[in-house]
Amino acid sequence: MDDTNQINEKDKKSQESTHKIGIYLWIWGLLFVLSFFSYMVDWYQFQGMLRWSLILFFMFAKAGLIMAFFMHLFWERYALVNVLLWPMTAIACFVFLMAAEFEYTLFSRMFYFFVGGGV
Amino acid sequence: MSDPKIDGFELKPGFRGMASDTGSDQTMFKGVHWGKAMMWIFLLSDTFVFSCFLIAYMKGRGSTPVEWPNPSEVFALEAFGVPVPLLLIALMTFVLITSSGTMALAVKYGYEKNRKMCGWLVLATAIGGLTFVGMQAYEWSKLIHEGVRPWENPFGAAQFGSFFFMITGFHGTHVSIGVIFLFIYAYKVFAGHYENGGKRGWFTTMKGDYVEIEILGLYWHFVDLVWVFIFAFFYLW
Repeated sequence: MDDTNQINEKDKKSQESTHKIGIYLWIWGLLFVLSFFSYMVDWYQFQGMLRWSLILFFMFAKAGLIMAFFMHLFWERYALVNVLLWPMTAIACFVFLMAAEFEYTLFSRMFYFFVGGGV
Repeated sequence: MSDPKIDGFELKPGFRGMASDTGSDQTMFKGVHWGKAMMWIFLLSDTFVFSCFLIAYMKGRGSTPVEWPNPSEVFALEAFGVPVPLLLIALMTFVLITSSGTMALAVKYGYEKNRKMCGWLVLATAIGGLTFVGMQAYEWSKLIHEGVRPWENPFGAAQFGSFFFMITGFHGTHVSIGVIFLFIYAYKVFAGHYENGGKRGWFTTMKGDYVEIEILGLYWHFVDLVWVFIFAFFYLW
């Protein structure tokens, strides 16, 4: 009796100091499901806006789950979380800048190919 | 890990806590091991490196008037005589997610001081990573056989090869380094370097602790995280 009590005590204590195994298994399962769905996007050859939005949705959902639970950001203090996440806005700005830039590059390539530089 | 308690300090939750942590004239990341903070900062810098690669790829792909190779055909694999689109890439994705899951559990068991479970799970993660690298090596050699080079390829726009080898190569290097460290740390866990107050590590007089498994886990999850973006932008887009 004493032994089982001790084990229960120990189990309880370890469960308090770490997270329950269920949360990891749930996230793991969700990641599998989301990966499967993102593969299905290609399998069924969805095209156009549907394809882009589904790809981005599954990508951000997976990235969010990994960072929040596997990398423990959900449980970290905001001082750390904000230091890590705010720099991502700089990346987002860079993406928009370069998106504008490739449109322009493509335009000038096509323009000088079809119209020429002599106009 | 969560809800740290520090003597003499009242830790406030939420954004108020962020303000007081940052302005405390002290360690800013309360209750976070210095190694973990440094790993996070390294991962932040690595995020910028991978972002630059992916943004360069976006610009290269967007600015070429030549047709981009269709990834679901280029990366198709024959299974039972039928070409299945992206089969190998899907398998690689599942292998990497599996190894990420075992790593998360290894961290959990490490903090519970369950040496055996932690060790086996780190080892399983290492083997998953090794499988991933093996599949990537197969993918590379297959494409090289088909004539894909950094400067040309038989499928379409010439830039395809350089972006492919650069991005997946850099990611594969990260996985390979991770695998080496996973094997080393599996040994360290099994050998009991984190038990009974911990054993001295390399180049340091500090004692080992299971927090090192969490730090290693952060790196490994980051490798998985990068693959999520590569899978979406390079293979599915």
